[in-house]
Amino acid sequence: MKIWIEKQKYLIDYTLASLARRKVKNAGLLVVYSVLVFVLASVMLFTHALRHEARTVLEGAPEVVLQRMVAGRHDLIPPGYLERLGRIRGVQSQEGRLWGYYYDSVVKANYTFMAPNTEAEAIAPGNIVVGPAMARVRGLAAGDVLTLRAYTGKLTRFTVARILPQDSELVSADLVLMSSDDFRSFFDMPAGHFTDIALRVANPQEVRNVAAKLAAQFPDSRPILREEILRTYESIFNWREGIVLLLSSLAVLAFVIFAWDKASGLAADEKREIGILKAIGWETGDVIRMKFWEAALISVFAFLIGYLAAYVHVFHLASALFAPVLKGWAVLYPRFKLSPVIDGLQVATLFFFTVFPYAAATLVPIWRAAITDPDAVMR
Amino acid sequence: MPPRRSTLIAILSIFGCAALALSFVDAARMRARQASALADKLELVSRLQLTDLCLFTEARYTRHPSQADLHSAFMDHPLAFEHFPTGSLVPPPAALLKAYENLDRKTEVSD
Repeated sequence: MKIWIEKQKYLIDYTLASLARRKVKNAGLLVVYSVLVFVLASVMLFTHALRHEARTVLEGAPEVVLQRMVAGRHDLIPPGYLERLGRIRGVQSQEGRLWGYYYDSVVKANYTFMAPNTEAEAIAPGNIVVGPAMARVRGLAAGDVLTLRAYTGKLTRFTVARILPQDSELVSADLVLMSSDDFRSFFDMPAGHFTDIALRVANPQEVRNVAAKLAAQFPDSRPILREEILRTYESIFNWREGIVLLLSSLAVLAFVIFAWDKASGLAADEKREIGILKAIGWETGDVIRMKFWEAALISVFAFLIGYLAAYVHVFHLASALFAPVLKGWAVLYPRFKLSPVIDGLQVATLFFFTVFPYAAATLVPIWRAAITDPDAVMR
Repeated sequence: MPPRRSTLIAILSIFGCAALALSFVDAARMRARQASALADKLELVSRLQLTDLCLFTEARYTRHPSQADLHSAFMDHPLAFEHFPTGSLVPPPAALLKAYENLDRKTEVSD
């Protein structure tokens, strides 16, 4: 065993000396390889953490949201719906939600206005509670006065009662909470009408039955289950991960061509090196082992550098390189720190798909060069 | 005598593997530190009955993708095109999207 280890050490010594002879070329390869792993690992870590965050946080969403549709568009819930809903078996509680959008032409941003029920958040008339991103964009602090143009055209003054916590920005960045009376007068919404209805269902196994009953009894409605909300986010993140991976697949393809080119068309000096090694007594197995170490050292170190840089980028630098892609045209974008969740299997998969193909692609041509006659190789 | 190259690379490899393991430890440490913030978010979502993450605020159907129907991007006027950049990142192709529950009525008429 000791002899075997000593032999490998000598092979590694020789390999490193050989790599050092083509310093610039190999350093370039290591950098390109590491950047490739960095991009793939960043996408993987970011989407996995975001998916986990969405799944955890949206567990608190209502089991069923009932929307009313008129001519294919979302419409207000008229009076009387809530009472009729209460008669459906399995519905534990039902509550009309008041929420909508407001475009602020001053900063060209969209806000989500919402009137929570008084048990959830008691807000005095004339006061608002604002989300942290909105407070940042408008430069608001508790006690400030904000004037907004209501849907009736009247200028309305609100006092900022408080700012929602910074930690909740992922779900509350653009929220403006106000009392239901203020909401109705601001949007000129008649009494008894709601934006939609949130339902709580006591038995989780009954949710689909309740939704089917809703669909049958309210033909003009559209029930949205919490399960659907979670699935929507799951597919959004899968889709986004897919898009980024598709774009980076061009880089992967370029790298594959580069690696294949390097591996299949061995440079003349590399062939000569193999020929000399064989001429001075190296066996074919030794040459292959030496080249194996070369490929393994480059690919393993590229993986380690790329993965560790991606970890720091995603979880310590808040995915700074992805932010412009995620922001789109939005003025309000949340500043959030993802709770780091790493899937060991995903890391192992990334390792397998980045390290092994390169090692395998380099070994085959080396083996072909190593089994030929040293005299022919050197000529 | 300076150390052999193979010894140096072995030490470097050990450091690299330790850093890899450390990333898992660091993640667990940060998760524990952020657990209360996550619980607060869950509490806020459940108290205010929120349905969506606030990731893209540029259009109503990107702010609340779970509440918007799949055609809302094209509803602004006849022959409207989807023109927000997020639209290309957010909605998955209809064939891949199985976000809608298979309730009887929904299979008969489009949403």
